[in-house]
Amino acid sequence: MIRFENVGKAYEDGTLAVDDLSLEAPSGQITVFVGPSGCGKTTSLRMINRMIDPTHGRIWLDDRDTASINPSQLRRGIGYVIQHAGLFPHRTVLDNVATVPMLLGTDRRTARANALELLERVGLPATFAKRYPAQLSGGQQQRVGVARALAADPPVMLMDEPFSAVDPVVREQLQNEFLRLQSELGKTIAFVTHDIDEAIKLGDKVAVMRVGGKLAQFAAPAELLSRPADAFVAGFVGRDRGYRALGFAAAGSLPLSDEAAVTLGQTLRAARDVAQDGWALVVDADAKPQGWLALGGLADSALEGTVTPDLLNLGGTLATEAGTLREALDAALSSPSGRGVVVRDDGRFAGTITAAQVLGRIESRAADIRADTVQAANLGGQA
Amino acid sequence: MSAILADSGVTFSGVGKYLTTGSNWWGIDGLLVHIRDHVIYAAIIVLAAALIALPVGLIVGHTGRGVVAVVGVANALRAVPTLGLIVLLYVWLAPKIPVNHGNVLFLHRGGVPTFIAVVIVLILLAVPPILTNTYAGIQAVDPAVRDAARGMGMRGSQVLRRVELPCALPLIISGLRNATLQVIATLTVAAYVPGLGGLGRYIADGAEQAPAQGDPPMLSAAILVALLAVVVDGLLNLVQRLVVSPGVSGRYSSKHTSQPGVTTAPLVEAQLTVA
Repeated sequence: MIRFENVGKAYEDGTLAVDDLSLEAPSGQITVFVGPSGCGKTTSLRMINRMIDPTHGRIWLDDRDTASINPSQLRRGIGYVIQHAGLFPHRTVLDNVATVPMLLGTDRRTARANALELLERVGLPATFAKRYPAQLSGGQQQRVGVARALAADPPVMLMDEPFSAVDPVVREQLQNEFLRLQSELGKTIAFVTHDIDEAIKLGDKVAVMRVGGKLAQFAAPAELLSRPADAFVAGFVGRDRGYRALGFAAAGSLPLSDEAAVTLGQTLRAARDVAQDGWALVVDADAKPQGWLALGGLADSALEGTVTPDLLNLGGTLATEAGTLREALDAALSSPSGRGVVVRDDGRFAGTITAAQVLGRIESRAADIRADTVQAANLGGQA
Repeated sequence: MSAILADSGVTFSGVGKYLTTGSNWWGIDGLLVHIRDHVIYAAIIVLAAALIALPVGLIVGHTGRGVVAVVGVANALRAVPTLGLIVLLYVWLAPKIPVNHGNVLFLHRGGVPTFIAVVIVLILLAVPPILTNTYAGIQAVDPAVRDAARGMGMRGSQVLRRVELPCALPLIISGLRNATLQVIATLTVAAYVPGLGGLGRYIADGAEQAPAQGDPPMLSAAILVALLAVVVDGLLNLVQRLVVSPGVSGRYSSKHTSQPGVTTAPLVEAQLTVA
């Protein structure tokens, strides 16, 4: 647990970087600090390991006041990941990861052996161990940065925009692996980002800060989207928050329609026989969806050919049965046939669903929530 | 000089003959002794300059304090008229030191005041390149790297020794190389003052007597100084390759980047089993 107690940072000229911040980042969870430039989110993070000392208030790590701990000692017990990773260019990947354990007195051999295990854990092959940071891509460097922060197995991790400097595809990979890693490790993590989407995706709790270092709202992501505390938060979480909130709504049992699919290698004639509205779904031998085949414009003479991957339209996204309403709606909206493809957890085709059907589910869910809210309000009124 | 150049064919054949005559190399007044003295003088001067400039440069670079003073001092030192100052110091020191001092090892009889004057002035010459390169090298370390080092719990001195210094080594060594070359070159000019050994002795003496007898030894010494500078710089270059991390110099084997795993795998596995 990281607890901010009326924490403030005032600079000599009187400007406040952080103003009377009080919040508790729960143990074993990810707390994201998000806000526009100059809102004091990075300052807040850096006060936790005393890279910056607060001018007011206290910060507690569990029951220890950080101000009472020697800064170097404190920092060795807290993982630290920054934008651009900040790897030591003169040390190999392995020695970078082994840095903190060796500062703590672990012998080189043990530290390196542990470092090697960690590399694997963050998704880097052991062959990277002897390379230097300059030989890695930005995404790989950041993986090493995460491994280095984890090396001494600290209970608390601070991450300052760790995924901001990589391209969107790599960023999403890193985010997903970060969540997987966190589900295994259960660290207490304070995470800074300027990207509200990243905050909502990663945070168990999100602290939205506004310029002047004030906390605007501290809540779980779903609540942030459904009940922004004020106009600033509403504006910051953005326009399509209604749609994004669906990302937190489990799809439940969707009314799937059966759809006869053709397998790769079958004839186009077979495909035409099962097509609805001119589109046939194509799956592979394991019943995993491969794409849609358009059969509208084909002459009879062309139907003797077989279904090959290069004929397929790959436009549609896949939703999983255990997924969210957002996934399901997106699958329906993106499908060239208008029928969204839903798969089981193992990737096998389960059925299709239309946007209208997903919307029906969204409507009925919203009605339930409204009814609950009204009931809660009535109860509140009675009490 | 024009006389030498006009008759260059004869002179260079004289140089060849001079350099291939064994008796010119050996003996207490031979080329080898002068080369030895030249190297010893240069080593003493560069080491002393480094002892002054390295700590100051490291501290200024690490703390960021005193940068203006360092730049000012370095620039002022660069404007020092080397030869004039040597002569001035020599003239001032010579009467204070009895002439029979010296005549040990690399010091000639009566050479103590000269030696002191030359060492002091050439230290002033060697300090600026070492000082500015050192502090610039430390300052140029990626702020993110420095931030990470502190954030992981390194103390200030650990950040300097374990992170900033290794990253700044290429610039620091290049400052040392620069200073060394300047000192080797300027030592020849400093021999203008009497009592200093080294290869400059031939040049200063030759200039007085040229061209009648002086020119082959004088030109030979000039060539040897140039060779000495090249050799010493080559040695320092070798040192640089040995002490600078491949991650900083970019001299890692390209196999690692182009063929992931092929060459590194056995090494890493070996380490696992050891651990």
